[in-house]
Amino acid sequence: MSRNVMLDCSNVWKLYGPQADAFLTAHNGAPSDADLAKAKMIGAVRGADVQIQDGEIFVIMGLSGSGKSTLVRCLSRLVEPSAGAINFEGQDLLTISETDLIEIRRKKMGMVFQHFALLPHLTVLQNVAFPLDVQGVDRTTREARAHEMIETVGLKGREDYYPRQLSGGQQQRVGIARSLVTEPDLWFLDEPFSALDPLIRREMQDEFLRLQSMLKKTIVFITHDFDEAIRLADRIAVMKDGRIEQTATPEELMTNPATPYVAEFTRHVNRSKVVKLRSIAVPVDPDATYAGDLPARMTVAEAMEQIDAAAHPFKVVEADGEVIGAVDAQTAISVMIGRSTK
Amino acid sequence: MTDQVVDHPPPKGGKARWLTGGRLFWLILLAITWAASTWSFALYKALDARWIVRFPKAYQIPVDDWLSDFTKWLVEDLSFGWFTFRDITRFIASLIEAPYDLVRSLLLDGFAQGQGQQAVEIVPALSWIAIIFVFVALAKYARGWKLAALVGTCFAYLAIFGQWASAMVTLASVLIAVPIGAIGGLLLGIAAYRSVRVERLMRPVLDLMQTVPVFAYLVPILVLFGFGPVAALIATVIYAMPPMVRNTTVALQSVPEQLIEAGKMMGCKRRQLMWKVMVPAALPSIMVGVNQVIMLTLNMVIIASMIGAGGLGYDVLTSLRRLDIGGGVEAGFAIVVMAIALDRLSQAFAERQLRPQPDKSLPLPKRYPWVTATIVVVVCATLASLFIPFFRVYPIEQALTTGTIWESTIAWININFFDAIDAVKTFLLTWLLLPVKQFFGGIPWPVGIVVTGLAAGRAGGWRLGLLAAAMMTFIAATGLWNKAMITIYLTSVAVLLASVIGIPLGIWAGQNARANSVIGAIIDTLQTLPSFVYLIPVIMLFRVGDFSALIAIVLYALAPAVRYAAHGIRSIDPELIEVGKVAGCTNWQLLRRIKLPLAAPSLLLGLNQTIMLALSMLVITALVGTRDLGQEVYIALTKANVGKGIVAGLGVAFLAIIADRVVNALARQSRERLGLE
Repeated sequence: MSRNVMLDCSNVWKLYGPQADAFLTAHNGAPSDADLAKAKMIGAVRGADVQIQDGEIFVIMGLSGSGKSTLVRCLSRLVEPSAGAINFEGQDLLTISETDLIEIRRKKMGMVFQHFALLPHLTVLQNVAFPLDVQGVDRTTREARAHEMIETVGLKGREDYYPRQLSGGQQQRVGIARSLVTEPDLWFLDEPFSALDPLIRREMQDEFLRLQSMLKKTIVFITHDFDEAIRLADRIAVMKDGRIEQTATPEELMTNPATPYVAEFTRHVNRSKVVKLRSIAVPVDPDATYAGDLPARMTVAEAMEQIDAAAHPFKVVEADGEVIGAVDAQTAISVMIGRSTK
Repeated sequence: MTDQVVDHPPPKGGKARWLTGGRLFWLILLAITWAASTWSFALYKALDARWIVRFPKAYQIPVDDWLSDFTKWLVEDLSFGWFTFRDITRFIASLIEAPYDLVRSLLLDGFAQGQGQQAVEIVPALSWIAIIFVFVALAKYARGWKLAALVGTCFAYLAIFGQWASAMVTLASVLIAVPIGAIGGLLLGIAAYRSVRVERLMRPVLDLMQTVPVFAYLVPILVLFGFGPVAALIATVIYAMPPMVRNTTVALQSVPEQLIEAGKMMGCKRRQLMWKVMVPAALPSIMVGVNQVIMLTLNMVIIASMIGAGGLGYDVLTSLRRLDIGGGVEAGFAIVVMAIALDRLSQAFAERQLRPQPDKSLPLPKRYPWVTATIVVVVCATLASLFIPFFRVYPIEQALTTGTIWESTIAWININFFDAIDAVKTFLLTWLLLPVKQFFGGIPWPVGIVVTGLAAGRAGGWRLGLLAAAMMTFIAATGLWNKAMITIYLTSVAVLLASVIGIPLGIWAGQNARANSVIGAIIDTLQTLPSFVYLIPVIMLFRVGDFSALIAIVLYALAPAVRYAAHGIRSIDPELIEVGKVAGCTNWQLLRRIKLPLAAPSLLLGLNQTIMLALSMLVITALVGTRDLGQEVYIALTKANVGKGIVAGLGVAFLAIIADRVVNALARQSRERLGLE
């Protein structure tokens, strides 16, 4: 499953402190923790390598102060990295001109912010139409586009409200509509649901997955919530103290944590919600009876009820129809209760 | 900074526990100053060294002469080839004069063709009814019926009490000065926000503009632009603009970071980011700055009339000079009424909530009923004024006057309470004013310079100490030492009284919601009054002299002491107060042990503001005969002596800067001690 890399960032550093660039050069571009502490520098991002592939949901997960927000701001060049290279669709994002950068942001990037960042003096309609307004699109066209987008995020009828008249969840829907109105290819979401109540957060996650199934964007999603990360991600990068500890699919993180820090996160997560049928399938026995087919990308938790109700095992089928194995109740229960399989 | 934090050595044997190293320093400093002040004259006689009490004339630096010569050169000799400096000032003057004439014609004079007696009116001025209606409609639009009623009453007062013509002249200058001040301040504020270098360049200029007394720059403006409304407008704009610059910069700095990032990510260019994202988002705070510009403009109304602004300010000034109590009160009250109306109106605009947009399917007049109504009233009333005199000006014979009432009231108070008032006056003079005056007046200048330097250094580091000493040396070397000491004496007594009255009031307001609403309303009104207005009743009751000046200054400088104390008490973490209650503190212990120490930084900031206001008011009280730096500036103004005015003005500014830096340093220390910074 090799896909095009849309955004390729290699060895990106962001240091805060006096003369950060000179400091980096003086330490051959890779200062140690001790070097940083001695120079009273803060290493917000340290040697980050990230490849974001076309059409994937890439989640950057880390606790507060881990550098995840700084990293995403480096990727969108809201923050100027101290060192490193960022390649976006074949262009070096760090060396392009101001005009080109504005053009890329206008046409190819969209971003959603933790605290919504809606313009308080504009209505919902004007907020959503704002990116097009900035580009000089005429009023009729941009408002027609904005109306469409508002309908997509389920806020039809609230076009003339001002942001302060909306609930947090509704405000973030406006933020999402605004970031999508220019039909960007690359979609940044910086802790988009962290400021919302747990129930609303869940609802917005579902909404987000629904939108993504329709739009199929390439997504960089920032969160501090590990459950949210494994629920949404195709791949996750776990950050700590400015470094990326591990980049992997949720399943790999669960089954094969690279560092004790990652393991600490995964320990308390119910594995059945992460492990997919694909990973626990055993070879099909041609003589046995099967109760039916289950999709390979289904998680064990999702399939549990059906597996439990049927008298026979199920065949596991990929999206293209290929049978890759079978699951029975015994294996599923083992995953469910955390007993080691095989 | 750690070395300046007061250290607490362990108490020795239980006695003199309060005598810590820090306190000892201040005590010794005070003792030395007091000794020097008391025996300076004896010392001068004993040693026959006159230089101890007077800065030697031969060493005085004639900065004032240099400045006067420089201005003379600017005005008379400076030429850039094609044009002279004079041409530039004339050009600026004409730029301001044209719109001012336009607005004045619209509000009061009407548009005429021809000169003098032969002038033929082409278009009449707006009817007074139309003008009142416009302001009522604005108030309704900005807030609602209540404000509309208030604004309507205020403007109706101006008409009914016969102040209309003067009020319109004043309004015309407000309508010109405010947009220039607001837009200029906005642009400068944006420049300061964008470039650190501009900000660094502008900050000391703004500091100086806000601390140099207005009178001081009236003189050069008078020389450059001549006597008249234009000079008055320029002075007003210079006076009213600095807070707008500051406010804009702060407002832009407090726009949420994410909003700016959102703007960038949507592909805004620099200019789009500023004007489409940041300025609109910061608009509520920027409007607070506009409100300040309006209030400062009105504050300047009377002062500006000294260099040629007509209107209400001129009426007050002439009444004061003639000691015409009734006329002064009436015109002064008209300024207050106008200030209140414009203040509330601009505040309403600042706080206005955005409302749903009107239904676009309606025809225009129905969609905007108020705009339509206003246009109809303005056109009808003004047309009617062509034929019916009542619509043109409010009939003088029907105007009410309260002048006689005021005069008889004051006379009655003076007859019946003269003894009581005089007793208070004498008491304060004997026991407070005179001793303090003697103390400061007696300090020999060399001791004064050293002591100021040491005190400032102790509070804020050796740089501040050197700065303070240098500034005091400037004052001594320009021959202003004695007047500066009188300034310090009046200011310190006024600040003391304002704190003694204001801080308890503020503490009360901070703890009691009902007290807060009453005290808050009074303080708000006091702050709306132009500083000059305070002089009117004070002179009438106490006549001219230090005591009248003192009362006016205390009244004017009271507000920040109250406000900051209330704010300090109110912003204490409620959990800390609960801790005290759980520990079983009585109310008094709660106040003394918990609330006051925690409110200390806020109290110090209030003190700082009180000193600044007292100094600015002090200059104005020169009109009632104080013999301080303010009087020096005022004399320079009447003689159009540029150098003398600026030097004395700088003297006041230096005192203000020293006080400001020292108190701020103390406030910082106390915040550090509490771990708030």
